[in-house]
Amino acid sequence: MSSWVLFLTVFLACTVEAVEALTVILAAGTARHWGSALQGAGAALVALAATVAVLGPAVSLIPINGLRLVVGALLLVFGLQWLRKAVLRGSGHKALHDETAAFADEVEAARAAAGGGRGAVRDWYAFTLSFKGTFLEGLEVAFIVVTFGNNQKDVPVAVLGALAAVVLVAAVGVAVRAPLAKVPENTMKFVVGTMLTAFGVFWATEGTGAHWPGSDTSLLVLVPVVALVALGCTAVLRRSGPGAKNSGGTPSGAPVEGSLT
Amino acid sequence: MTLLRTFAMFWYDFIVGDDWRVAVGVVLALAATYGLVRGGVDAWWLPPVAVVLLLGLSLRRAVRSARRG
Repeated sequence: MSSWVLFLTVFLACTVEAVEALTVILAAGTARHWGSALQGAGAALVALAATVAVLGPAVSLIPINGLRLVVGALLLVFGLQWLRKAVLRGSGHKALHDETAAFADEVEAARAAAGGGRGAVRDWYAFTLSFKGTFLEGLEVAFIVVTFGNNQKDVPVAVLGALAAVVLVAAVGVAVRAPLAKVPENTMKFVVGTMLTAFGVFWATEGTGAHWPGSDTSLLVLVPVVALVALGCTAVLRRSGPGAKNSGGTPSGAPVEGSLT
Repeated sequence: MTLLRTFAMFWYDFIVGDDWRVAVGVVLALAATYGLVRGGVDAWWLPPVAVVLLLGLSLRRAVRSARRG
């Protein structure tokens, strides 16, 4: 895998999560206290950096075949979760993630909560809301950075991809001061789900001791095949989905609360 | 105890997600591949086939469950 593919995969995954984290930070800042919300986000980023710094070297100590089997299996389970949600949303069987609605909900909840500060933090609620949002959304990215980076023996490029996404989303967030509703989140989730699934199945299979025909070049077949299978599933489900019966195409089902993707 | 339960639930949700059968299916497919490789069969084709089946079955369950409401 080239450094660019590694960079792009981590960049896209991190952008999706950063957009969701930004929604929470904006809600905490708008409804409560900007300083505390930014302190919370900063503290979460430090905690995430520490997680990567601790997990990175620890993961690299595992023998390569064991690492590929375990990490490949985990990426495969992760990737299938992302793909499953992207297909269900793309076919209208699950509501699209609406950052504007999520922002409104968070603002309402934040306004209703009690005030009060602790130490250097003036508004504890804004701090914890922002910290939790940033840390939880970032944990999945940290996992991807550590696993992809170690498997490709190029953690710095993976970290660069994550940093580029955070900086970009933060810059746009500061510029518009509104939830980034126009980001094609589901398409990005679809791409990341495809990459995680393809690389997961590639590494896990190698970890079992099996050998891919063509070695690394088999990835050039695996990635498009996974994408085509997922696109095919979306097309089939769309025909039988709520949109097929209802010309308005109103998606059924609510987004799953607490989901990390 | 509640804290421990919350911690366990967080990791379960983080790793396993919405459909535990997918995680179990992945583990079984990889175990079968490992067994075949140990038995002298280069079963590289088994995990991709399992992925297609697991994704299809998981989507079917999700759609059926949504229809039941």
